[in-house]
Amino acid sequence: MYSPEAENIIVVKDLVKKFGSFVANDRLSFEVKKGEIFGFLGANGAGKTTAIKILCGLSYPNSGELTVGGFDIYKEREKIKKNIGYMSQRFSLYDDLTVFENIRFYAGIYGLRRRVIEERASALMEKLAMKESRNMLIRDIPLGWKQKLAFSVAIIHHPKIVFLDEPTGGVDPITRRQFWDMIFEASRNGITVFVTTHYMDEAEYCDRVSIMVDGKISALNTPENLKKQYDAESMNDVFLKLARTKVN
Amino acid sequence: MFSILVDHIEKHFTRVKALNDISFTVDKGELFGFIGPDGAGKTTLFRILTTLLIPDHGKALVNGLDVVKDFRKIRQDIGYMPGKFSLYSDLTVEENLNFYATVFGTTVAENYDLIRDIYSQIEPFKKRMAGKLSGGMKQKLALSCALIHKPSVLILDEPTTGVDAVSRLEFWEMLKRLKNSGISIVVATPYMDEASLCDRVALIQNGKIMAISPPSEVIKTYPRQLFSIKSDDIFSLLNDLRQIPQMHTVFAFGQSAHISFKQEPLTENFLYEYLCKKGHSNIKISHIQATIEDCFMDLMIKPQ
Repeated sequence: MYSPEAENIIVVKDLVKKFGSFVANDRLSFEVKKGEIFGFLGANGAGKTTAIKILCGLSYPNSGELTVGGFDIYKEREKIKKNIGYMSQRFSLYDDLTVFENIRFYAGIYGLRRRVIEERASALMEKLAMKESRNMLIRDIPLGWKQKLAFSVAIIHHPKIVFLDEPTGGVDPITRRQFWDMIFEASRNGITVFVTTHYMDEAEYCDRVSIMVDGKISALNTPENLKKQYDAESMNDVFLKLARTKVN
Repeated sequence: MFSILVDHIEKHFTRVKALNDISFTVDKGELFGFIGPDGAGKTTLFRILTTLLIPDHGKALVNGLDVVKDFRKIRQDIGYMPGKFSLYSDLTVEENLNFYATVFGTTVAENYDLIRDIYSQIEPFKKRMAGKLSGGMKQKLALSCALIHKPSVLILDEPTTGVDAVSRLEFWEMLKRLKNSGISIVVATPYMDEASLCDRVALIQNGKIMAISPPSEVIKTYPRQLFSIKSDDIFSLLNDLRQIPQMHTVFAFGQSAHISFKQEPLTENFLYEYLCKKGHSNIKISHIQATIEDCFMDLMIKPQ
């Protein structure tokens, strides 16, 4: 849930990231509130992935002041990594490990103890109705299950923030919606969700949406207010109005 | 003559039945869409049509030629854009295009008219390595390469997956122009909203075609009354609507929920009062026409 009074969990001030003469992030500034679902939209090449890598502590900006989960992006990168979860369509689970082995592997990386891993794995498989599949290889389970499992694994260590980079690309429309049910639930449990998507109906599920064009944020508001502001029927129309002027 | 005729095709892999009794035809100059999620069997089917994979059963003809016996001739006639970016990353834009033209025994100059609209947008970057292009630009280059030998049939496997809404719109405008020049196009997509841009669509799931129709016909076959409901809290709205015993499906559509009922639909008044009691505010209820996505999900949950 978005509340203007909530504490800022991500603060980005004047973020600049250049690759040679190309400016990927051009003085980006925004804040994400604790517990909200924050949609991070933009055309291909607008600079989203660059910004996400910096927020996850995987790359340094050229300049700017940034904190993630209260930690400084320059000095406390390891603390940031412990307090966030990450999932993308491309990078999720290991195909040649079983369901349980994947859970144990990720939970282990985050330093959870064996007993805790066992507890959380059982609870997780119960919730996803996957108890029977505990010892199945990931490559043998349906894509929809994989996506849900990948999300659950990304938050197995109860992070403050989870970053989801196009988590629903290519999945069927029912699974896509079940996936969003899980996002809503995580958000209710206090996890801040930072999500990118090319499905504009999903943009409407976010508490607030930012739209990046050419390395800058051109708009940031609730979906309702954005639609009013741009006199648009849907977030798809808002996106087209903002991003269409750009040559890619 | 059909551009494509597929007759009872089946294909098994060790673990799965990828295609299960697939039959359809594509008319000359038609824009035919395969709508379905990853794993539905679209790529397997396209690999059979492009003579890269042999079916276990059934027959498939492209321009009247058999995909197994006449594979060499078919390859001259078709343009194929695979789902995964398959151009040479370490060649420039221009080198890739020249390479594909040469392989097919033609030149870029000879068929430039056909690709002008598309290629002119990336021509300013023709000296750039293909691997360094943005997603939208890669897609335009791949389409140019698939077209450079002037194919009569174009087969596009998820050309818009991972592509932003603006580039997707532009891409479909290009397809419409190609179709108007007489090329038959078969295109796969996981985006349900793109279905309405095709002449006909096949809805495909788990290796089976669930329906084939013009998009305007698909939505008429939706078997139930459908309501769209809005309130201030979509998450609670979905949960509360799912508690109604008479409900058949409740799905989120942006900031609205679409609800259908098992038998007779509940009245709008009843729904309104029910939601008021649950503490919702700003409730809006309207009777709506189903979208392709509603139809697709309805077919998915139907016992097969």
